[in-house]
Amino acid sequence: MEYLHLFIGTVLINNVVLVKFLGLCPFMGASNNLNTAIGMGLATTFVLTLSSVCSWLLQTYLLVPLNIEFLRILTFILVVAALVQFTEMVTRKISPALYKALGIYLPLITTNCAVLGVALINVSEQHDFIQSFVYGLGASLGFTLVMFIFGGLRQRLALADVPEVFDGAPVGLVTAGLLSMIFMGFSGLV
Amino acid sequence: MYIALGVLTLLGLSIGTLLAYADRFLAVDEDPLALEIQNLMPGTQCGQCGFAGCAPAAEAIAKHQAPVTSCPPGGRQLADTLAEMLGVDLDVSDIKGQLIAHIVEDRCTGCTRCYKVCPTDAIMGANKQMHSVFAAACTGCGDCLEACPEDCIELSPESVNVENWQWPRLVA
Repeated sequence: MEYLHLFIGTVLINNVVLVKFLGLCPFMGASNNLNTAIGMGLATTFVLTLSSVCSWLLQTYLLVPLNIEFLRILTFILVVAALVQFTEMVTRKISPALYKALGIYLPLITTNCAVLGVALINVSEQHDFIQSFVYGLGASLGFTLVMFIFGGLRQRLALADVPEVFDGAPVGLVTAGLLSMIFMGFSGLV
Repeated sequence: MYIALGVLTLLGLSIGTLLAYADRFLAVDEDPLALEIQNLMPGTQCGQCGFAGCAPAAEAIAKHQAPVTSCPPGGRQLADTLAEMLGVDLDVSDIKGQLIAHIVEDRCTGCTRCYKVCPTDAIMGANKQMHSVFAAACTGCGDCLEACPEDCIELSPESVNVENWQWPRLVA
């Protein structure tokens, strides 16, 4: 039950993108089209969940016992970068079309601050192993959910008759703001 | 400090080794020849060959499904290199004449739209100034034709000069 609370809390109430405002680059950059948005969400899910778990393991069994916690950010970045490389290889092998569609945004998962952010929040919130896993999975599924919603919205926006001054990125940002307000409405759910 | 150094070095080494092995297992069998051909091509994705872009064209050429002369912007030079790489006989008369864009100057209003879309930066001009085309850089992709609101750009075959003149094909 505790894990379910944590999970729903991370997906909806403390959504990484719309409430914590982490990972806005792929949120705005890779959401022009629903398929790319879902692909990006799933790739990030893979990286984020694994990096959340791996960084917890490193923190608990390497950094704390050796008393070198000051290397936390460096180590976590190393793990994240390696996982992104791995994901890139896997995507390229499994789905060349997705690999082409994601383009530069795939290696940019490395600099997606949500990935490092979740790993660091795990430490500061003193989550245990399963909590870290649930938190990472929740955060990344929340990210995917938001990417999915926003990708759909932007596909509709592309067809809508938007005033010329708002066309493109401005109306995208306004929509993101409205979506963020809607997600703020989830607070108090758990 | 030595512990920190050691830990980071070991971590980097082990992750690097794992990635190297992963790379070997997940290697994508891309045709290295197609990649090499693609690097030789102009890369402006003009579509004059009839393919969607340079990458699919390179693949087709590598598989001998398209002639080595299918890239007009590449011209004689590219056709020669490709024929040598693939070991095929080059039929020079197959090389399509290179098309070059020309701006009809009395209709040009200097709107700058054409040079913004030019993939090879072959159009020179400034706002409300006459634009003109550098023939040497133009690949004849026709992107500027679509962008021009005055309909004042024309594609015409390149004039024959010492650089591009070829021996006529011998008829037996």
